[in-house]
Amino acid sequence: MFDAKTIFGRLSLESFPIHEPILLITFAVVALGGLGVLGAITKFKLWGYLWREWFTTVDHKKIGIMYFILGIVMLLRGFADAVMMRLQQAMAFGANEGYLPPHHYDQIFTAHGTIMIFFVAIPLVSGVINFVMPLQIGARDVAFPYLNSLSFWLTAAGAGLVMVSLFVGEFSTAGWLNYVPVANLENSPGVGPDYYLWALQIAGIGTTLSALNMVTTVIKMRAPGMTMMKMPVFTWTAFCSQVLAVAIFPVLTGAFAMLMLDRYVGTNFFTNDLGGNPMMYWNLVWLWGHPEVYVLILPVFGIYSEVTSTFTGKRLFGYSSMVYATVVITILSYLVWLHHFFTMGSGASVNSFFGIATMVIAIPTGAKIFNWLFTMYRGEIRFELPMMWVIAFMLTFVVGGMTGVLLAVPPADFVLHNSLFLVAHFHNVIIGGVVFGLFAGIEYWFPKAFGYKLDKFWGKVHFWGWVIGYWVAWTPIYIVGLMGTTRRVHHFDDPTLQPWFIVAAIGAGIILIGIIGFIVGLVVSYRKRDQLRVGDDPWEGRTLEWSTTSPPPSYNFAFTPVVHDLDAWYDMKSRGYAHPAEGFRPVHMPRNTGTAIIQAGLAAVLGFGMIWYIWWLAVAAFVALIAVTIWHSFDYNRDYDIPAEEVARVSREKLSYLDINYAPEPALLPAPRTGTAAPAGA
Amino acid sequence: MATIAPDASFDRDTFHLIEKEGHDHGSAHASPVLLGFWIYLMSDALIFASLFATYGVLSTSFAGGPGPRDLFDLELVAVNTAILLVSSITYGFGMLAMDKGGVRAVQGWLALTALLGMSFVAIELFEFGTLIAEGATPQRSGFLSAFFTLVATHGLHVTVGIIWIGIMLVQVGKHGLNVVNRRRLTCLSMFWHFLDVVWIGVFSFVYLLGMLR
Repeated sequence: MFDAKTIFGRLSLESFPIHEPILLITFAVVALGGLGVLGAITKFKLWGYLWREWFTTVDHKKIGIMYFILGIVMLLRGFADAVMMRLQQAMAFGANEGYLPPHHYDQIFTAHGTIMIFFVAIPLVSGVINFVMPLQIGARDVAFPYLNSLSFWLTAAGAGLVMVSLFVGEFSTAGWLNYVPVANLENSPGVGPDYYLWALQIAGIGTTLSALNMVTTVIKMRAPGMTMMKMPVFTWTAFCSQVLAVAIFPVLTGAFAMLMLDRYVGTNFFTNDLGGNPMMYWNLVWLWGHPEVYVLILPVFGIYSEVTSTFTGKRLFGYSSMVYATVVITILSYLVWLHHFFTMGSGASVNSFFGIATMVIAIPTGAKIFNWLFTMYRGEIRFELPMMWVIAFMLTFVVGGMTGVLLAVPPADFVLHNSLFLVAHFHNVIIGGVVFGLFAGIEYWFPKAFGYKLDKFWGKVHFWGWVIGYWVAWTPIYIVGLMGTTRRVHHFDDPTLQPWFIVAAIGAGIILIGIIGFIVGLVVSYRKRDQLRVGDDPWEGRTLEWSTTSPPPSYNFAFTPVVHDLDAWYDMKSRGYAHPAEGFRPVHMPRNTGTAIIQAGLAAVLGFGMIWYIWWLAVAAFVALIAVTIWHSFDYNRDYDIPAEEVARVSREKLSYLDINYAPEPALLPAPRTGTAAPAGA
Repeated sequence: MATIAPDASFDRDTFHLIEKEGHDHGSAHASPVLLGFWIYLMSDALIFASLFATYGVLSTSFAGGPGPRDLFDLELVAVNTAILLVSSITYGFGMLAMDKGGVRAVQGWLALTALLGMSFVAIELFEFGTLIAEGATPQRSGFLSAFFTLVATHGLHVTVGIIWIGIMLVQVGKHGLNVVNRRRLTCLSMFWHFLDVVWIGVFSFVYLLGMLR
């Protein structure tokens, strides 16, 4: 009655890759490393601390930092995949088959793309929005703190499922969007596409909820006086990006749900017979996929804007044009998805529309580039690391933008479709745009999050490794792509291509130096934190996040700031504002809760049960998930007050803005004085 | 956590607020929740939009199987539509009772709404059962896959709404019509009416248009 199939579904000993030495070694390394980390946590008795201060936190800053940790860890995994592909393609010519079997290679390129977008770029962007945006608008938390924690843990649960697929079973081989017909049940009967679908559904729900939360926060939680056109540019771009995310992720959820039905129930949405239509899947996933790149790049444009303005010591040039450009990109990004498959055969008129819409996006993006240039023009530029990333971005990204416009021309795209030229293009804009910008953001806001700067020497190793490495790795790929080499190829026949792939592999090695520089830099900076410690406003910032302590208290601001100007903190500094020394009030804050991490854990178990057809486990996890959710809704006591004395004490001991050496505008009021206070709701 | 209108005018030299002590937490929290719930509903509407679009593409992909004219029982669906629309009205009476503060009346209207919702789901399941018995299963054709998925997703939402009503019956009984429960009832109200709107789309686009084909 209870045979192995009932208990374990299709999970058996063969599901574990014991005959694949590469995976076994990886597993040994990961297992030893993981045991080491767990042992260290146990040895130093950190479990209680981690649970109380981090796992159950609803503080948007800590959640932002956890998103970053998740993103960086997954970056290492995704980059390991990249190095394996570069090695394979540098070797596999003529008689040499390379070192990876084709089936394994297919999983690697699928996992690389999936991880880099869904579990690196999205968590890092969510992390920076989570950390910075509420501080910039003078809020004490996001609109829905518990939901924020749930969003993070669901993303982490999805990432966990992808990691499990490395050692239990296999991952999808159908490309980073799990394309049909490859991902259909008849072509991929294994667990690979199911791992993909469940991991991404769980993480995708988290991302949707997070976006909804951020949009509500921007609309409802801004400090008094901060009208929409006085919002910092980063907040604007974060807002547009998250509005876009709310508008696209449900479509992806719908598409994945239909593919799940095809695979589990046997429906015919995307099958090749009985009326199914595989191209509909492509349309739906790209209706998500193209706007998604703007979900990622828009907040990063915001980071570049903040950094450029701060490090040139000037107000951003063309603030309102920057806002309009952001909004226009938001709208246009929804109207271009078909350029991912001009070759579908939708006809000249349809292709022309989507080609022209795509090219038009270059106009607002170009306007942004000029705004940054004009901000720098006649400014006193300080070439600190964040600013160096901005310069590297502008030089790199413009090339990616131009190849993008080239690919937007349908006849050219017919030649370049699915070529390595396309692959080089999107790595150019994602590495040169999103990744460089996130590094700029890390360098820029790190002192706000931890109270000390990152080490400069290792920051430069990080910088030059990535920038030089990017160009060495991807220029040859552009060239072979233009010559007609297609993507996702496991073995090449033409030996004249080999030198290009060897150069690309060397480039990946140089990027590795950059990554090592970053990790070493984090460790070195932590050990040298007393030397690197800085005040609350180390970069002479202009926006509200620099007006509070570094790191900020859990409630961010002892007093809700009142905003009069776009550069609110610069305005406060130049008008001689001093933080009040008395008049503290209790601060009302949400309590920590462990519900979110439990729910996300159950969601992961549900996914695992469904992937392996372990129905009892899936049903049990689903019922438990619903029960925990309902149980949580019966908790009416979710807030507490931080007493005024505590707020006063924190402000006295930590707020060191008077000691630090920001330079007030000489032309304006020099004498600090206490600002007058107004009652709330006046 | 306080929500303060950004349009309040302040002295040019005022750079921070001193919040009143003991301010009304409840009302300060209410507005982000309602807006957030609206945004959630819009995201849910987009899931339905993707299903409607899919149905639009596949609505003639019969693969030699039965089409809408062979399958749909318009009278039954009309009755079901009427039940769901009436349930929106009864929920509306529940909200009026909430404004007057009548706990019993709120519970009564909510229970009636849930009963109507359950009849709707039961009739839908009966319809599905009939179709499957005739061999018109979701696996039969692209059209039927899209039909079952779109209609059942709506039905699943109604089921969630019924469970939510059940939870609210208990919570209103336990805590009365406090600020939190009023807010939850308002969200549930938006959810329930939203499902009505989606159903009108399903009825017109799937059933009526299907019969015209």
